[in-house]
Amino acid sequence: MQKSLAKHFPLFVAPTLIAFLISFLIPFVMGVYLSFTEFTTVVDAKWVGIDNYVKAFTANTDFINALWFTVKFAVVSVVSINFFAFITAVILTRGIRGTNFFRTVFFMPNLIGGIVLGYIWQIIINGYLYKYQVTLTYDAKYGFWGLVILMNWQLIGYMMVIYIAGIQNIPNDLIDAAKVDGAGPLQIIRHIIIPSVMPAITICLFLTLTNSFRLFDQNLALTNGAPARKTAMLALDIYNTFYGRNNWEGVGQAKAVIFFVLVATIAYLQLKLTRSKEVEG
Amino acid sequence: MAYSRQKIFNVIMFFIMSILSVVFLAPLFIVLMNSFKGNLFIADAPFVFPSKETFVSFNNYLNGLSKTGFIKSFGWSLFITVFSVLVIIIGTSMTAWYITRIKNKLTKFLYYLFAFSMIVPFQMVMFPMSKMANILNLDNPVGIIVIYLGFGAGLSVFTFSGFIKSIPADIEESALLDGCKPLQTFFMVVFPILKPTAISVAILNAMWIWNDYLLPYLVIGSKYRTIPIAIQYLKGGYGSIDMGAMMAMLVLAIVPIVIFYLVCQKYIIKGVIEGAVKF
Repeated sequence: MQKSLAKHFPLFVAPTLIAFLISFLIPFVMGVYLSFTEFTTVVDAKWVGIDNYVKAFTANTDFINALWFTVKFAVVSVVSINFFAFITAVILTRGIRGTNFFRTVFFMPNLIGGIVLGYIWQIIINGYLYKYQVTLTYDAKYGFWGLVILMNWQLIGYMMVIYIAGIQNIPNDLIDAAKVDGAGPLQIIRHIIIPSVMPAITICLFLTLTNSFRLFDQNLALTNGAPARKTAMLALDIYNTFYGRNNWEGVGQAKAVIFFVLVATIAYLQLKLTRSKEVEG
Repeated sequence: MAYSRQKIFNVIMFFIMSILSVVFLAPLFIVLMNSFKGNLFIADAPFVFPSKETFVSFNNYLNGLSKTGFIKSFGWSLFITVFSVLVIIIGTSMTAWYITRIKNKLTKFLYYLFAFSMIVPFQMVMFPMSKMANILNLDNPVGIIVIYLGFGAGLSVFTFSGFIKSIPADIEESALLDGCKPLQTFFMVVFPILKPTAISVAILNAMWIWNDYLLPYLVIGSKYRTIPIAIQYLKGGYGSIDMGAMMAMLVLAIVPIVIFYLVCQKYIIKGVIEGAVKF
């Protein structure tokens, strides 16, 4: 096996690896390097040390605002999405009528792309706000809650499906035995269902957290950062820094490196934290 | 007694879930409804049915189609999605088989490299990557398939490897000992076993590529518009949106997805769960 297959590296691995180098690895390494330079076309880079990193925080408050907005958004949407997804999953595993239909409906928004989702909710929220004579971009709080509602609509069904799969793996005897012992529904959820679906909780927290932090399309379509960049999240702020202002590519790249480190750290810490709960549970 | 209480509870839950379903479907219905209303009647009163004065038949659709070149966009989206997914499935399953079965430092390193790429946000690489695509003449609908292979490699190799690890190598080994070439062995023996995983990987990648906006916008957006780019293009640069055309194009963007979902629902949900469990 080893011998006859080993020499076929060029055939089996090279095509994927070359594409991976072109579109990911080389740009990644270049990105780290470019964040310490001033450049407009990647070939004219001039070393400037940590200037770009300093500028990212000090030149204006856009990046700090975006960071704060993103953190608030991530906390609110991770909690609300997982709460509603878990509750609906518990309800839809009790064998009530129409379970399949409900599951189909709740999951559907997840397949629609972010740009389309953004415009769907723009019209609905603006239509609702019309009677107060304001629009979505009048105040940053509308954009914030608009995004939260949009993400809930998009991701509740997705997370619900993962929770359902977890709950269905719990042996029925376990729940029946608890019922015989006189456990109420809340006790069953707390002492049997939640500990048993810890792996699903890990996955769902990971997916909602990384999705919330990396959100771009929905943000672009719903408010595009308006009013006055107050609703721009990190990804959109980085995009605007790159393409909205001349000679700021280096600062954009420095922001992107910070963004990457942030997302990677959060994902790592979250996986470590909830995985340790899985072992205990 | 306890039994009937549970029955009442289930009936109440059935009603709550029914109401929730209506809430979930309402946004799609509102867009559909407004796609038949005149431009001026959408922003003011999006929750009102079209009336005699506001109904414009299929005008928004015709208008939107000519403004965005939606039919062309549909073609590009379909072309790029189908071929990228095919290339990703074949390319990454072969890679995953090799790096899982051949154990050495290099393959171990590659495995972690692919896994690492999954966590990196797109903004980190978008600028150098789009320049690179431009320099290498990959800024066209065929070249972007290479970019998608590179970007899809992380999740896809990771998912395939996870499955390959769980299947015994005996059959492959005896096929190779019988003089079967590695390529033959892969497609005749290994790939059929990978088929369920391949379907899941295909679904996950298709959902991503079909809806992807920023990557195609940066790489090919100025010449070739996929559906998300066409929708965003409708917004224009001056803040004014042709609301009627926008509603109609949203409907056209959603309908194929809903049809695809209703036909392949079983595979889509399975794919999503399997993709998630791999983390």
